[in-house]
Amino acid sequence: MTAAARPEVAPLIELRGVWKSYGRGDAEVHALAGASLRIDDGEFVAVMGASGSGKSTCLNVLGCLDQPTRGQYLFRGVDVGKLTLDQLALLRRNYLGFVFQGFNLLARTTAVENVELPLIYRRVGHAERRRRAMKALEEVGLASRATHTPAELSGGQQQRVAIARAIVTDPQMLLADEPTGNLDSARKVEIMRLLVDLNRRRGITIVMVTHEPDMAEYATRMVHFRDGSVESDEAVGP
Amino acid sequence: MIWATLLMALREIRRNTMRSMLTTLGIVIGVGSVIAMVTLGRGATAKITNEIANMGTNLLIVMPGAERRGPASTTAPPLKIEDAKAIEREVSSVDKVAPTASRSALVVYGNKNWNTSVTGSTNEFFAVRRFAIELGQSFSDAQLLGGQPVCVLGATVRKELFGQGDPLGAAIRVGAVSCSVIGVMAPKGQSTFGQDQDDFLVMPLAAFQRRIAGNYDVGMLFVSAISDGMTTKAKQQIEALMRERRRIALGQVPDFRVQDMKEISDTLGTVTGALTALLGGIAAVSLLVGGIGIMNIMLVSVTERTREIGVRLAIGARGAEVLLQFLVEAVTLSTLGGMLGIAFGLTISFVATRMMHMPFRVLPDIIVIAFAFSATVGVAFGFLPARKASKLNPIDALRHE
Ligand SMILES: Nc1ncnc2c1ncn2[C@@H]1O[C@H](COP(=O)(O)OP(=O)(O)OP(=O)(O)O)[C@@H](O)[C@H]1O
Ligand SMILES: [Mg+2]
Repeated sequence: MTAAARPEVAPLIELRGVWKSYGRGDAEVHALAGASLRIDDGEFVAVMGASGSGKSTCLNVLGCLDQPTRGQYLFRGVDVGKLTLDQLALLRRNYLGFVFQGFNLLARTTAVENVELPLIYRRVGHAERRRRAMKALEEVGLASRATHTPAELSGGQQQRVAIARAIVTDPQMLLADEPTGNLDSARKVEIMRLLVDLNRRRGITIVMVTHEPDMAEYATRMVHFRDGSVESDEAVGP
Repeated sequence: MIWATLLMALREIRRNTMRSMLTTLGIVIGVGSVIAMVTLGRGATAKITNEIANMGTNLLIVMPGAERRGPASTTAPPLKIEDAKAIEREVSSVDKVAPTASRSALVVYGNKNWNTSVTGSTNEFFAVRRFAIELGQSFSDAQLLGGQPVCVLGATVRKELFGQGDPLGAAIRVGAVSCSVIGVMAPKGQSTFGQDQDDFLVMPLAAFQRRIAGNYDVGMLFVSAISDGMTTKAKQQIEALMRERRRIALGQVPDFRVQDMKEISDTLGTVTGALTALLGGIAAVSLLVGGIGIMNIMLVSVTERTREIGVRLAIGARGAEVLLQFLVEAVTLSTLGGMLGIAFGLTISFVATRMMHMPFRVLPDIIVIAFAFSATVGVAFGFLPARKASKLNPIDALRHE
């Protein structure tokens, strides 16, 4: 199942001593301070750690939304730091799905249109796009709210739209920043089952930031961040 | 992709109705006001220029009374028909001279009456003052010499007395004199200063003098120079001749004056020039205001739009794809606004020129300039912030405040 069994293939993800610093001089903050991490195909990684420990920053780097100040990020052996903006965009388009901590849905745009958006850039035709977007909304239990705009949806519902948008493209890797943060416990379980299903049945690699140990239980591996670097990294037994 | 982008841009326009409308409105106002202003200015200028041309830029007027002392002074001896003949005969730069005398009189036909100005003159009057005979004819030699009571009506007098009816051959009463209508002049309409230029009638000078005025005085001489460029020379020559005839020594203030239409038209030319400059200035300001309006709306939404760009980039859009969408949006709104602005400006100026009896001239160059300016502003402020945002890391665009 893991790439370790197929040593000829480069690991899906490898962070090598990655730093992300903001500000200068005395005011300098290191959101990431020499974080190293390797993730193989098919893993379901839960990223945990105190608030401000650099989880979101790490996920942004993994999602090619942000560039490290120092260190290397290899995606399937390719040094992401050497890619152009357009190449990064294509990488995001074709391999990644991202659920933001703050959702980042388009305002005044219906749920189904929000979910369709990544498919537009993948050149999926109109009818097929609508079909897949509706299916993704069904999977997060929001088919009945398809024509509502974010302003008409609750926080939890917006979060589920954001999840639907991330999974609609069937990405190789799903990066989710606290995807259950705004949900009630029943919904949480539902979403986690969906993620586990995506991971097990479709082989989608998942990296999920969470504060909740319960949620981390669904993962196959748990990575703890502290002050911008990996503090502990352990497998989770089912 | 172009097609998908176009659809996406149109959807964005519809989705953000308010912003789209305000942007369009800015362009409509900018383009519309410039076109209206300049078209009106050009209309006014054309009207004044027309009128001067109608009066004749080679026209000179000789009248008794000292220069620049208000209306002709009564102490100055009147002009005589011989003065007209002398000028016509002796001044080389003069083409025609029309001696005239006028007074107001009540004219009556049937049960209609109308108070108007009666002018006694010769056939030269029609040529020098550029009144075309629209109906009937001008005076015959016999009528002129014999002082027969015939008259040629101005368009207004004809309308007041006859309405749509045929005035030719009708006998009207002019003051106490019965007079038969032999012609009608083509209308000139209102002058720049609101005077009705067609509210008068003309009869042979001899008839006017004998039957209406009761004296042989001549009020004014309308003189045409042989060409537009000759008016100054004609003026000098007429002054010299009249000094001689009226025995006024060289240093003395003359008791007559010679007015040169060229001078008047030059003055009006400066006025209309200033008018055009003024309207042009107002137009430039309104264009600027419209431009600032567009800019404001665009800049106000920059944060939201930058975030939107961040979202699109994050889910895999390339910078160029996002830019194309924003470009299509900006161009669509600018074009729409420009079109509406042109329609709006032309409608306003059309209505206004009709109401003010001015010619309506469409000025393609101004339309192009106004359109280009507004479109540039619209595209620049819609597109440039987008271009900046599309070069950011998605996370920076998403965090934009
Ligand atoms: N744009 C930025 N400018 C300055 N400092 C930043 C910026 N983004 C993050 N940081 C800092 O980097 C550190 C890590 O932030 P990050 O968002 O990764 O934390 P987190 O682990 O996701 O926290 P939380 O659990 O609260 O979401 C924080 O101290 C934060 O203040
Ligand atoms: Mg976070």
